[in-house]
Amino acid sequence: MKILRLFMIVVLVGFVAACKGPGSTAVDDGMYDGSVAAGESGEATASGVDSGSLGTGGEFSEDMGMGEHSDQPDSRIVYFEFDKSEVAPGYAAMLETHARHLVDNPSWSLRLEGHADEKGSREYNIGLGERRAQAVRRIMMLQGVRADQLATVSYGEERPAADGSDEESWSLNRRVELVSGM
Amino acid sequence: MLAACLLAWAIPTANAELRIEINQGVHKPVPIAIVPFGWQGRNGQAPFDVSSLIAADLGNSGRFAPMSSNDMLQKPVSGRQIDFGDWRILGVEVIVVGQLIPMGEANYSIQFQVFDVFRGEQLLGYRMSSTEASLRLNAHQAADMIYEKLTGIRGVFTTRLAYVTVTRVAGKELYRLIVADSDGENPRIMVESSEPIMSPSWSPDGRKMAYVSFESGRSEIWVQTLRSQARQRVSARAGVNGAPAWSPDGRKLALTLSKSDGNLDIYALDLETQVLKRLTDLSSIDTEPAWSPDGRDIYFTSDRAGGPQIYRVPSAGGRQQRVTYEGNYNARPRISPDGKQLAVVHNDRGSYKIAIVDRERSYLQVLTKGPLDESPSFAPNGETLIYATRVGRRGVLAMTSTDGRIHRRISSVEGDVREPAWSPYPVN
Repeated sequence: MKILRLFMIVVLVGFVAACKGPGSTAVDDGMYDGSVAAGESGEATASGVDSGSLGTGGEFSEDMGMGEHSDQPDSRIVYFEFDKSEVAPGYAAMLETHARHLVDNPSWSLRLEGHADEKGSREYNIGLGERRAQAVRRIMMLQGVRADQLATVSYGEERPAADGSDEESWSLNRRVELVSGM
Repeated sequence: MLAACLLAWAIPTANAELRIEINQGVHKPVPIAIVPFGWQGRNGQAPFDVSSLIAADLGNSGRFAPMSSNDMLQKPVSGRQIDFGDWRILGVEVIVVGQLIPMGEANYSIQFQVFDVFRGEQLLGYRMSSTEASLRLNAHQAADMIYEKLTGIRGVFTTRLAYVTVTRVAGKELYRLIVADSDGENPRIMVESSEPIMSPSWSPDGRKMAYVSFESGRSEIWVQTLRSQARQRVSARAGVNGAPAWSPDGRKLALTLSKSDGNLDIYALDLETQVLKRLTDLSSIDTEPAWSPDGRDIYFTSDRAGGPQIYRVPSAGGRQQRVTYEGNYNARPRISPDGKQLAVVHNDRGSYKIAIVDRERSYLQVLTKGPLDESPSFAPNGETLIYATRVGRRGVLAMTSTDGRIHRRISSVEGDVREPAWSPYPVN
């Protein structure tokens, strides 16, 4: 399931990179590739409306082309217990590394995407995802990251990383993903 | 990305059709004969099968067992032609006969009569004018009238359902907000997006819908007019913009905002003046507001005491009171049209089920089997709840009567179906 998720990220990033033209392989740029976050590419289409007034295409931020390389997909994901938003001590070093990068590079930013498992009601799960993203945000701000370098968004249970309805999938879905760029 | 979106848009969409199946009806559904209506046109077939739709509606309610027209020995089209003795032998308790009469270009008259078979007495006789385009709606209307005459409860066959579907197109999720007739027919796409769409809420006149869309990469609340499909963004504040709920007078939206501090609280937004009033201010998750039918109170979910429970706050602001106590998880309240019951998502030993809480006796009754049921929504007559459940891995919709006696599953063609919202009664 983790491999699938990584694959999805690669595909998505690859697609965005492809739009930017050849020579820009976002995957090589590692964590701070500067490419657009997944969420920014969304559009909605209201039927009955002239297609000329539909949503605009996703914007691409400048490719920073630098940063730490990482082959570990989990080095940008924090997992949580059911109905909890406390960050386990095991993530301290990982978050510290991210925080240091942001402090050293004031123009960089991180988008903290909070998620919940599918159990219970959807909007309450949006609340859990937001609280988890805020918990990660607080830790990074304590390490000197400026508030305007961190954006939070909660997807609740709407964007699961794992598809199953079992304990393993649920534990993979209760997470905060650190995505470069806002 | 724009190209991908337009590609998705070009794919035909008429296949999001739902079909209602009775899992469990009342113990003894009333045997009823809806005799195929006569067609008084000079040639060809009737433009619409009114009697089949009435039979389907009444059958779908779980309270009636319509007789198959193949089993009918005679097919009277008016009261005078009925031989009640024959129908008594067949065990039929109620018979409906009628005709569809052309009235000039694309205009029709639907006339029907309902009889008590044992007494041979007419219970209802009605004639309504119709047009080619409104025959289906008028047939639902006839079913509503028959249902009310026989049960004493106003029918909801002319109401509509909103729901969210998620399908995979070229490996990417496609979210759609759809509005269909109460029987799942006539599905129409309100909005579609590659990003999540959530929490549809009907305006009290049934003409608009508020919902949450992540199309910009974060949550925003939109209001869309059904007929024109024109839409407007009403809240895109920092953080969470969620759980819109229309006030009964249509002037306000209750919603959940986290603003910049990340703490979810309930607010009431005046849609005309744009004045935002904060109703809760604790550090807990306060969300999922629902108005009482009189507009005085807002019920909501809060985990201020640990796990999520239902609370209540006056909509003008004031003291907050806890409402539910049974179990460790009660969330997403919806209030029955008479204001006496709450439908909630209730954790019953690890299984998430739809439950009803009696407001006066604070007695909780579990209605569904779980394990991942959510999003209950009351029919405007208060008799039925529609909710989201699972069949295998797929999200589907189901209905339960609020007394737990009737259970219906709604099958769908493809993808996940979720977050049903039952419309109010249609406004003429």
